[in-house]
Order: sequence, then structure tokens, then C-alpha cells
Amino acid sequence: MHPFAYFEPTTVDEAIALLARHGGDAQLMAGGTDLLVEIKESLRRPAVVINIKKVPDLGGLACDEAHGLRIGALVTVRAIETSAAVSRLYPAIAEAVREIGSIQIRNRATLVGNVCRASPSADTLPPLIAAGTVAAISGPGGARSVPLGEFFTGPGRTVLTAGEIVTAIALPPPAAQAGASYIKHGRRRAMELATVGVAVSLRRDGDVCRDVRIVLGAVAPTPIRATAAEMLLEGRAPDPARLEEAGCAAQDQSRPIDNVRASAAYRRAMVGVLTRRAIAAAWERTT
Amino acid sequence: MTDGLHAITVTINGEARPLRVAPSRTLLDVLRTELGLTGTKKGCDVGDCGACTVLLDGTPVNACLVLAVEADGAAVTTIEGIAPAAGQLHPLQQSFMDLGASQCGFCTPGIIVMAKALLDRHPDPSEEDIRFGLAGNICRCTGYTKIIEAVKDAARRLAAAPPPAGR
Ligand SMILES: Cc1cc2nc3c(=O)[nH]c(=O)nc-3n(C[C@@H](O)[C@@H](O)[C@H](O)COP(=O)(O)OP(=O)(O)OC[C@H]3O[C@@H](n4cnc5c(N)ncnc54)[C@H](O)[C@@H]3O)c2cc1C
Ligand code: FES
Ligand code: FES
Repeated sequence: MHPFAYFEPTTVDEAIALLARHGGDAQLMAGGTDLLVEIKESLRRPAVVINIKKVPDLGGLACDEAHGLRIGALVTVRAIETSAAVSRLYPAIAEAVREIGSIQIRNRATLVGNVCRASPSADTLPPLIAAGTVAAISGPGGARSVPLGEFFTGPGRTVLTAGEIVTAIALPPPAAQAGASYIKHGRRRAMELATVGVAVSLRRDGDVCRDVRIVLGAVAPTPIRATAAEMLLEGRAPDPARLEEAGCAAQDQSRPIDNVRASAAYRRAMVGVLTRRAIAAAWERTT
Repeated sequence: MTDGLHAITVTINGEARPLRVAPSRTLLDVLRTELGLTGTKKGCDVGDCGACTVLLDGTPVNACLVLAVEADGAAVTTIEGIAPAAGQLHPLQQSFMDLGASQCGFCTPGIIVMAKALLDRHPDPSEEDIRFGLAGNICRCTGYTKIIEAVKDAARRLAAAPPPAGR
């Protein structure tokens, strides 16, 4: 592997100071499952790696009905997968995390790292955006919060500026009668990046849907909201005709590319199918 | 930037090993090269194949995606530390031999370490638990059926006679 200097800060301020001092030559490392692969494949050549795993303030997974879900930067994907509270209150997040790589990978990979890598196909992004997640950011200029819906600016690109660290992400408590789902489509069942991923969150109000959020992954440079499909469902019952319309609307809004995993045409067709299924699955969970 | 060496101590299969390593060295390379523990295999070197699986403080990880410096102060168990004592085999090792779950054997160390982690957590796994647990371990030879049978067989042996704690 390309050589680098290595630091283990023990506070957030120290990590920010190191990032500020070394600028573009430095890379933060949490689990390293993206960063080390990128260094090995010479996609990145950082002179400095700053391992944040020794910063106690970046840990902590808290999940309950009253306060919602707070995930510190060091919380592994596996810790979320094995949390009974997350499975009960945030089923779409639980569905997404168990789809990532293998248990070995999930024991190292952090959820916040999955967010910061900003891969268009990252599994946790659609359900996190659909759930209304907000990122807590600290940097040389102080602290700020950014909703994940506004966090991604392109493949591998985010609103983070030089020296900024995501310290945690927070999900609001689920609403009464809420339902959520995430469906990942790949060529095989495990160790596979998403060809298409669709997340839905909604609330049941009698026979109709409210607060519908539909987020598509792997079909655009960043995860995108299928806003036209959301509007078609808002205040309506999710009957088969409506699901069909919503699926077509989501399909029209997707902007997939051809790559090794699938053609653009296939991805677009799958957006329609998966959007219908994901809405139906989220609706089922409201009862 | 200089690539200065870092002094670390890692407890490997029960034995504290002081080492001096460059930060860009992976735990996998240090195990295999500096320590001569070549039971842990290097297949892909990027997390895809599971041949390098070791236990880091009891947790299964890909040693190719862990920096050796990160293991400072930790306990690492490799395939060499799975057997309960010299001249004895862990029930998983015995079952893999008895049921022909290893052909070329390249994947076997990683699979046995991963299966041990699985059985430590789920002593009586379903077939689905085993398949889910071994999803990150690729075997090009066996077709997996015999591997899954061997893990089930080892679970039965362990239930009948739990071995003394591994090293
Ligand atoms: C074999 C394999 C299979 C995989 N399969 C999947 C899959 O199926 N689905 C999927 O979505 N992903 C998959 N991944 C990628 C997934 O493991 C990563 O995206 C992981 O979640 C990133 O977390 P990390 O802690 O390892 O990040 P790192 O590699 O440590 O960091 C990733 C990037 O984020 C930055 N970063 C990390 N933490 C912070 C922070 N707190 N603040 C600011 N920047 C930060 C780093 O500087 C780096 O640029 C796979 C990876 C491998 C190797
Ligand atoms: S060598 Fe580490 S997973 Fe393949
Ligand atoms: S026995 Fe040859 S790779 Fe598994």
C-alpha cells in the first residue's frame, strides 16, 4: 500500500486540527472499508491518514420512541443490524444495514462512513433520507446541522468543507402509524452493490397515505427523491392503480446509467417495480 | 511525509508480540510476513473473499482491511489459534476433514474462523443462519454444500462435548 503518516486523535478538536493542518493531503478513516480499498487501488494517495476510532465522543448508539435514533460516527453497521430497538422502530434502516457486504465488513464499516463516502449505490442513504435524517457536523468554523436530503452533491461529493467531520446522524422518532421499507435489487443475495435501491417512508391516516417520502438509490449521481410519485400518493389510498402510477412516475424521474452491474433501461424498469413493492411493504407495516 | 515505524504490541493466539510496523502495513501482511502465520490467506486483499478472516478481540474481520497499527493492544485469533491444544483439533476442523468440506483448502482457514465466530454466537444455527454468516467467504471448489454440512456437524459435536476454551 502507498505509504502514509498515521495519527490517532483522541478528541474531535484534535481531529479537526489535524485535518486543518494537513488539508487535502489528509483523509479521515473510520472503519477503513472504503478508504483502505481506495488506497490499495490507487484511487486515493493520502500522505496522512487520521484514524478517528480512538475519539470516545464519536461513539454511541441511542434508540427509543421518545428521542428517535442517534448514531455516532464510530457506530458500526453491525451494531445497528443487531440492535433490537432499531429493528423495531426503524425497519427500513435495519433492512438496509443487513444488505451491506459481509459480517466481517459490517463489523468494521460505520454507518456515518457509508454516508460520507457518498456512493450513489450506498444502501443506507435512501432509507436515511426517507426517514428525515440530519447530520451533525463539526469543523474549524464551529458546528452545524445538515439534512441528509441536502448533504450529497455528486458521486463521492458532499457539502462537507475542509476540516469538517460528521460527528453523528440523528433520525426523528417515527410518527404514529408510520411505515417504512427499503428494497435492494442486485444480481445475487449477498456481497453485491445495489443495482437499484428504493426506500419509502409514510404515515397511515385512515385509508390514505400522508408524509410520503420515496428515495431512489443507484439511479442518479446522488440518491434522489421521487417527488412526482410522492405527490401522486399524498392523501390517497395505495390501491393497485395508484401504485402503478407512482411506479411510472418514479421511473420517469430516475436518471440511471449503463454500467457493469446493469443497463440504464433495466434499472429504469426496476425502479417502477421496486417503487410499487416498497410502497406496499411500508403500508403493510403501518398496521 | 515520512513513513516512520510505530511500536505496537498485539496479543496473537494468546501470546503478546511486540512489533515495529509502518502504518500502511495491513494486519494480514504483518501476520503472514513478519510473524510467519501463513494460515491466514490473502485472496483478494480488498474485503471480497474472506480468506483473511481473523478474530479481532473476538470479532470476525477481514485482516486485509485492518491496519496493523490499529491492532495495538488488541487480541487477534488466527486459524493457528483455533485448535484447543497442540495435537488436537477444534470440532470444526475435525468436521471439515470428516465431511470433505475442503478441497484446495485456500478458503478453509477463513471459513473455519468465521464459522467459529458464528457458532460462538449461535450454537444451534439454521441452514439460513450459516449461509447468512458465511456470505463473505468465497469458495471456488466445494459448491458450499459440504461446508454447510460440516458447520452443522461441528455444532452437533460442540453441543455434545464443548471443548476447553481455544487459545
Ligand atoms: C467487500 C465490500 C463490500 C461492500 N458492500 C457494500 C454494500 O453492499 N452496500 C454498501 O452500501 N456499501 C458496501 N461497501 C462499502 C461500505 O463498507 C462502506 O461504505 C462503509 O460503510 C464506509 O464506512 P467506513 O467506516 O468503513 O468508512 P471509511 O472507509 O473509514 O471512510 C469512508 C470515507 O468517508 C470519510 N469519513 C468517514 N467517517 C467520516 C466522518 N465521521 N466525517 C467525515 N468523513 C468521514 C473518509 O474520509 C472516507 O473518505 C462494501 C465495502 C467492501 C469492502
Ligand atoms: S484477502 Fe481479505 S477479503 Fe480477500
Ligand atoms: S476449497 Fe478451494 S476455495 Fe474453497
